[in-house]
Amino acid sequence: MRLVRIRDIIGIINMQTNDKYVIIARELTKRFGALTAVNRISFSVKKGEIFGFLGPNGAGKTTTIRMLTGLLVPNSGDVLINGIHIKTHPIRAKKNMGVIPEMGNIYVDLTARQNIVLAGKFYGIPKRELERRTASILKQLGLEDRMNDPVKTFSRGMKQRVNIASALVHDPQILFLDEPTSGLDVQSQRLIKHFIQEMKRQGTTVFLTTHNIEDANQLCERIAIIHQGELVTIDRPERLRKTFDTTQSVEVSFDSIIDISKIKKIDPINRIEKRGDKWKLYTENPDKLVKNVVRVAQEKDFTILSMEICRASLEDAFVKLTDSKRHA
Amino acid sequence: MQFFRGIMVITEKNIRIYYTKAPVIIFGLLFPLFLFFAFYLGRGIELSLFFPGFCAMSLFFTSSSVGPLITPWEKQAGTYERLLSFPVNINIVIIGDIIAGMIFGIFISVFVLAFGMIYFHSNTKIVFLIPSILLSSFCFSSLGVLLSSPSLRSPSHIMMFSSLVRFPLIFISGIFIPFTKLQGAARVAAFFSPITYLVDLFTFSFHGRSYINPLLDYSALCLFSALFITISKRFHKKNLMRGL
Repeated sequence: MRLVRIRDIIGIINMQTNDKYVIIARELTKRFGALTAVNRISFSVKKGEIFGFLGPNGAGKTTTIRMLTGLLVPNSGDVLINGIHIKTHPIRAKKNMGVIPEMGNIYVDLTARQNIVLAGKFYGIPKRELERRTASILKQLGLEDRMNDPVKTFSRGMKQRVNIASALVHDPQILFLDEPTSGLDVQSQRLIKHFIQEMKRQGTTVFLTTHNIEDANQLCERIAIIHQGELVTIDRPERLRKTFDTTQSVEVSFDSIIDISKIKKIDPINRIEKRGDKWKLYTENPDKLVKNVVRVAQEKDFTILSMEICRASLEDAFVKLTDSKRHA
Repeated sequence: MQFFRGIMVITEKNIRIYYTKAPVIIFGLLFPLFLFFAFYLGRGIELSLFFPGFCAMSLFFTSSSVGPLITPWEKQAGTYERLLSFPVNINIVIIGDIIAGMIFGIFISVFVLAFGMIYFHSNTKIVFLIPSILLSSFCFSSLGVLLSSPSLRSPSHIMMFSSLVRFPLIFISGIFIPFTKLQGAARVAAFFSPITYLVDLFTFSFHGRSYINPLLDYSALCLFSALFITISKRFHKKNLMRGL
C-alpha cells in the first residue's frame, strides 16, 4: 500500500516537471452509482498538438472531458493542466483553457459581441484590450456584420462560432472541444475545422472529442479511442489505419442489379458489404480480385460503372478496435 | 481577486439577462401593489401598522422571485455547463446569483419604502432600516438560490416548489397577525421564518417598537443567510451535473 502511494507521488512529480505535456490524465475513473463511465484511463497531450478523443456514443468521452475541465470530480486519478492539479486548483487550471462543451450554449438574449465580452470579463482582460480581441475574433470567425444582433436570431452554425469565440477570447493555451461539428451544416463544419487548424498554427493545444472519424482523421495528430469507458488505443491516425491494412477492399458498382450469389463466387473475397449502389468486397489480394471482377463482368455481360481499391480506413480500424473490445 | 471578479461578472450577467427584462421589472413593481390589494383592503387594519409587514413581504417576494429559476433556466438552455467552464466554482456562482437577487429586491423595495416614508411623513430610523434591507434582501435571495438547487430541470416545477416553500413562510411570519397576538404553536413557528425578524426590524424602524431585540433580529437574519447558503452549496454541488 505504502509502495503504491510512493509510486503515485513520484509519478505526479514526474508529470509536473514534464513541460512537454500540457494535459496529463492519470488513472482517471468516474463512477455513477453502479455504472463505471470511465475506468482508469491515462494519457497525456503534448504542447501544440491536436489530440483526438474518439469513441462511439456513450463511450465516456464527455465524462472524460468534464473531468479534464474540472466540471466533474473523478472518483480516483489525477488531471494536470499545464502542471496544475485541476482537483485542488480548479480556477487556476481553468484560466489556461478554453472549453466548448457539447451541449454548451451561449446566452441567446445577448448579442454575439456581448457574449464574447462577458466571457472575457471572467478572465479579467482590461476593457480596451477586451474590445480589441472581441473585434478581432469576430472578424476571424466571419461574424463582424452580425456582432450586434441577438444570438437568438443566429443559425446553429453561427451560434457555434460565437461559442468558439467566447472560449478563445482570453487566448487560452489549451482548447477543449466536445463534438464541435456535431449537427452543423457543411460550411460551418469546414469553417470550424479550418479554425481549429489555425489555432494549432498559433501554438494552441487542442483536445477534440468526436465520434466523427473523418474529422479526427483530418485534424488530429494523435487519437485515443475510448470504448465502454476504457481506453482502447492511442496512436497516430495513419499508424492506426495501417495496423489494419492487412484487410483491403475493392469497391465496385454495376449498371444493373446483381444478385449477391454471383458476386460471392468471385475469388478471393473474405466478406461482402452492400453500400448504397456499391459493393464493398474485402480481400487480401485486391489486384487478383479486380482482374476476376472484370472477367466475371465480361462473362456475365455486366457493365462496371466504377471500381477502386480501398485501403483500410480509420473507420475500419475504429470499428475493428471497438468491436474486438466488445467481443472481449 | 478572481473570486470577487467572478461574483461581479455573474451578478452583472444575471441582472442583464434575467432581471432587466421589461416583464420582470413591471411584475416586480406591480407585485407589491397586488399584495397590498390582496392583504390590506377590506381587513380594517390601520395602514401604518400594516405597512412594515407589507414592506417585508414585498422585499421577500422580489428578492427571492427570480433566483429559484436561474439555474433551471441555464441548465435547460445549455449555458450552465458553459458558465462552469469559466474560472469560477460553485461558490462564486451561488454568491453571484444571490447578489443579483438582492439588488433586484432592494431596487423594487426602494419604491415601496419611499412611498411609505412620504405618505406617513415618517420619522424613520434610517440607521436601522438600511442594514435591515441589506441583510434581509441577502437572506431572502439566498433562500431563492437554495430553492433552485433541487435537481428539477423544468422551471415550472421549480416555481411550484418555490411557492410551496415561500407562501407558508409568509403566513407564519406575523404579517397578518401581529407577533404579540400569536399563541402556542403559531408563535413557535413564527421564529422559523426569516420574515418575522424583518417585520420586527421594520416595525422598529418605522414605529420605534419591537418585540424582539433588534440585535437578535439581525443575528437571526445572519444565521438564516448562513444556513441557506450552506445548504444551497451542498445541494448545488450534489446536483451540479444533473439536468445538463
